[in-house]
Amino acid sequence: MPSIDDYANNVEIQWCPGCPNFGILQAFKKALVELEKTPDQVCLISGIGQAAKLPHYLKCNFFNGLHGRPIPVALGVQTANPDLTTVVVTGDGDCYGEGGNHFIHALRRNPDITVVVHNNEIYALTKGQASPTTPQGEKRTLQVKGVDIEPLNMPAIAILHDCAFVARGFARNIDHLKGLLVEAIQHPGFSYVDVIQPCITWGNRPISWYEDRVRELGEEHNPKDKDAAMALALGDKDEFPIGILYQSEPKDPFGHRYRDAVTDGPLAQMPSLSEDQLHKMLSEFKPGAGRFLD
Amino acid sequence: MEDLNVVIAGAAGEGIQTVGEVLAKTLVAQGYAVFTWKEYESRIRGGLNSYSIRIGEAPKNAPLFKADVLLALNQGAVEKYQDLLKEEGVLMAQEEGKEGVIAIPFEDIAKKEVGKKIYANTVAVGALVGVLGVDLETLKTVLKQIFSSKGEEVQEANYQAAEIGFERAQRDCQDMCPWSLPPRDNTYFFVGGNDAIPIAAAYAGCRFISAYPMTPSTGIITFLSKAQDRLGVFAEQAEDEIGAINMALGAGYAGARAMTATSGGGFALMVEGISMAGMTETPVVVVLAQRPGPATGLPTRTAQGDLLFAINAGHGEFLKLVLAPYDAKDAFQKTVRAFNLADKYQIPVILLTDQLLADAHYSYTDFEPATSASYHLADPSEIDHYKRYHLSSNGISPRLYPGQSAHLVCVDSDEHDEQGHITEDLSKTVPAMVEKRLTKGEGLKNEVAPPEEIQIEDAEVVLVGWGSARAAILESIHLLREEDVKVGMIHFTELWPLPDYRFPENASLLTVENNATAQLARLLRSEFSLSFKENIRRYDGLPLTGEYIRRQFHAQHR
Repeated sequence: MPSIDDYANNVEIQWCPGCPNFGILQAFKKALVELEKTPDQVCLISGIGQAAKLPHYLKCNFFNGLHGRPIPVALGVQTANPDLTTVVVTGDGDCYGEGGNHFIHALRRNPDITVVVHNNEIYALTKGQASPTTPQGEKRTLQVKGVDIEPLNMPAIAILHDCAFVARGFARNIDHLKGLLVEAIQHPGFSYVDVIQPCITWGNRPISWYEDRVRELGEEHNPKDKDAAMALALGDKDEFPIGILYQSEPKDPFGHRYRDAVTDGPLAQMPSLSEDQLHKMLSEFKPGAGRFLD
Repeated sequence: MEDLNVVIAGAAGEGIQTVGEVLAKTLVAQGYAVFTWKEYESRIRGGLNSYSIRIGEAPKNAPLFKADVLLALNQGAVEKYQDLLKEEGVLMAQEEGKEGVIAIPFEDIAKKEVGKKIYANTVAVGALVGVLGVDLETLKTVLKQIFSSKGEEVQEANYQAAEIGFERAQRDCQDMCPWSLPPRDNTYFFVGGNDAIPIAAAYAGCRFISAYPMTPSTGIITFLSKAQDRLGVFAEQAEDEIGAINMALGAGYAGARAMTATSGGGFALMVEGISMAGMTETPVVVVLAQRPGPATGLPTRTAQGDLLFAINAGHGEFLKLVLAPYDAKDAFQKTVRAFNLADKYQIPVILLTDQLLADAHYSYTDFEPATSASYHLADPSEIDHYKRYHLSSNGISPRLYPGQSAHLVCVDSDEHDEQGHITEDLSKTVPAMVEKRLTKGEGLKNEVAPPEEIQIEDAEVVLVGWGSARAAILESIHLLREEDVKVGMIHFTELWPLPDYRFPENASLLTVENNATAQLARLLRSEFSLSFKENIRRYDGLPLTGEYIRRQFHAQHR
C-alpha cells in the first residue's frame, strides 16, 4: 500500500509561499494514495505555467512539455501504454488559451485520461496578464483599461459536448478536491476537473472572497441530469458550486477499435513486422504475380 | 528498344488516374519496367491534369515529358498537352480531329455497346493496349485482379469494354502505330513513394502515426490507417499539425516508435515540437513531403524548396538527422534507417521527400530491405538508480519508458538535470546538458553516408544533387556524355549532419535542384568552402528531367 511519503521528492518548490497550488498538490498525493497507485503506475503530463510545474513536485513519471500541448502528448502516452494512469496537469492559459483546440477535440475523442486545470483566472508566470477566464472588465497588467472580451466557459462547453466527467473543485478544500480527483481518475473516458485556484500574487480578490462563494454540491444535484449540469455551469459568475457537475452516459473510449483488433497492451511490446509478413505485403506490388493492394 | 512515354490527360474526375494505373500495371504484368508520375491541379473536379507512363526494358525511374502516345480525354486536354507529342507521336482523342488522330468515342461506346458510361475508362485502356501492341490477355488478367471482388457481371463488362477499345484501336491504327510490346519474362515490383514509406515504417517497428491531411504527404497515414489491423500501426488524424507531432512525441516517450507526415505549412507548425524532441531526447520520425511554397504555394506540385528549412527547423541548438531518399526503394531503406537512428540517438529524424517521389511509381527487379529494425531501449533490470538524462561519455543516456519498470521516467522541455527536473544551475548542469546533447552528434556524424559518385574520374563538370533529382541527373549525364561532354554526378541523400567528404579538385561544380535559390549550393558553400558555377534550378512546380538539365546545361555553357 503506498503512503503519502512515497510521493514525496526533494525538489525545491518554485510556487509563491502560500499559493493554493500547494493544496492541489496535497489533494493529488492523497488521491493517488487512496487509489493505491504506486508512483511508477502514474504518468503526469503538463505544459507550461505555474500549474505545469506540479509534476516536478510529486514523485512519478512525468512529461513536462510545451505550452498548450499536454493533451496531445497525453493522448499519445495513453494510446502507447494504456496500463498507465495518465493525468494532465494544466492551467487556464495552457489549456483554455494556447491549447484550446486540443481540449475541444479531446472531448470528441474521449480518451481515458484525466485533465486537471488549475484555474486562477490569470497568467501568473508571465506576471499578471489576462487569461481566457479573467472576468470582463478586470484590469490586468496588459489589459490596463480592463479586459474587454468575454471569458471562456469551458465547463459549459465540455457538458455541451457530453464530456464523460466534468467536475469543479476548490484548491483550498483539499479533501473535497481529493474526492473529485479519485472519482475523475477512476471514471472511464475523458474526465475534466476545473479547479478554482485564487492567485495570491496577481489576483485582485483575497482568498476569503472565493471561500465565501464556494458551495459544495449535495445530493440535490444529479450529475446525470444534463440540463441541471448546464444550469450550474452557466450560473452566476461570482458563485462557485463545487462537486461533480456532469457525467455522460457511458461511451466508447478513444482507440477501442484498435485495442479490440490489434492489442490492448503497451505498443512498445509489440513485435515489428516479420520478414514473412513483409514479403507477403511486397508481393502484392507485383502486377500479374498476385493480388495487389488497391 | 527506346523507352516509350504515354501521357494520359484530362480533367480531374474523368479517370486519368484509373486509366493510367490499369495501363501501368498491365505493362508491368507484360514484363516491362514502368515509371509513372503525375501532375495535377489542386481541385477535385475539372482542370487539366496528366499521368505519364514511361515504358522500357530496364528500370530508368525518371520522368519524361515528350509523349509517343497522348490520350486526351477532352478537347481542353488536346489543346493544353498536344505540344508534348513527338513528331511521329500518336494522339488519341474522343472526337475526330486533324489527320493522324485516332478518334475513339470512349463514352459513347461504353454507353451504347457495354451499357454504362462507367466503362469508358476500360474502353480507353483497351485502346491504349491496342495502340501499344500489348497482349489483350494481359490486360484481362489485370482487370480480373482489380474487379474480381465486384462480381462476375462487372468483370465481364470490363472485359467487353477492353475488347472493344482494343479492336477499335487496332482497326484505326493502320500504319500509325509502329509499336509492339510482346510479353517478356521479367517481373518487377511496382511501388509508389507513399507506399514504400508506410510499409517500411511498419517493418521498422513503427506503432503510431498521427498526422493532419496535407498534400502530398496524406498517402502515408492513409495507407497505415487502411492497413491498421494488418500492420498494427495505430493511426490517428490529428486536429492540427501541432497536435500531430505532440501525439507522436507522447507515444515515443511511452516507448512506441512513432511518426508523423506533413508538407511545408504543416511542418512549420510542427517546428516547436521538433525542438522539443531535441530537448527531451524523444525519438520521432517526421516525413516532410515538399511542395512549392511559400505559404500555401502550389499544393499539388513538386519542389525541393525546404532543404535549409528542414536542416534549421527548431529554435535552439540541438541534434537532428535529415535524410532525403531519391526513389521509392531508397525511401524504404531510409525509413527503416530513420527509425533506427532516431531510437539510437534519441533525436528527431526528418525524411525529406517531395510530390514527385510521393506520387510516382517505380519499377524494381528486387525489393529487399537493407536493414531491419534495431532497438535501443535500455534494460531496466541492469539499472539501479535510474536517471533519464544520465551524463554519459557519448551523450546517449539509457532510455526507458514509463510503466516499463519501477524506474520513473521524467522528461522536461525546460533545461533539466540528470533526473529530468527543471534546473537553473548555470555553472554546471546547464553547460553539461548542452554538451551532452551535442556530443551525440559525433557518433551520428560517423554513421552518415557519403554522397554517391558517378563518373567523376574524368569529369570536367560535376553535377551535385540531392534527393529525388537523382534519376533525372543520371539521365542528363547519359545524354551529355553522348554529346562528348564530360560530366559526372555527386549525389547526397544524407544531408544533415553532412558527412566528411573531399570534393574533386579539378572539376567545376554546379548543383541541380528543384528550387529557385540553389539551397544545396548554399549549404555546401558554407560547410565545405566550395564555389559553384551558375547552378541549374527548376521552380515551376514540375520535376527535373534529364532533357531539362541537358538544355539548361547548354544554355549556361554556350
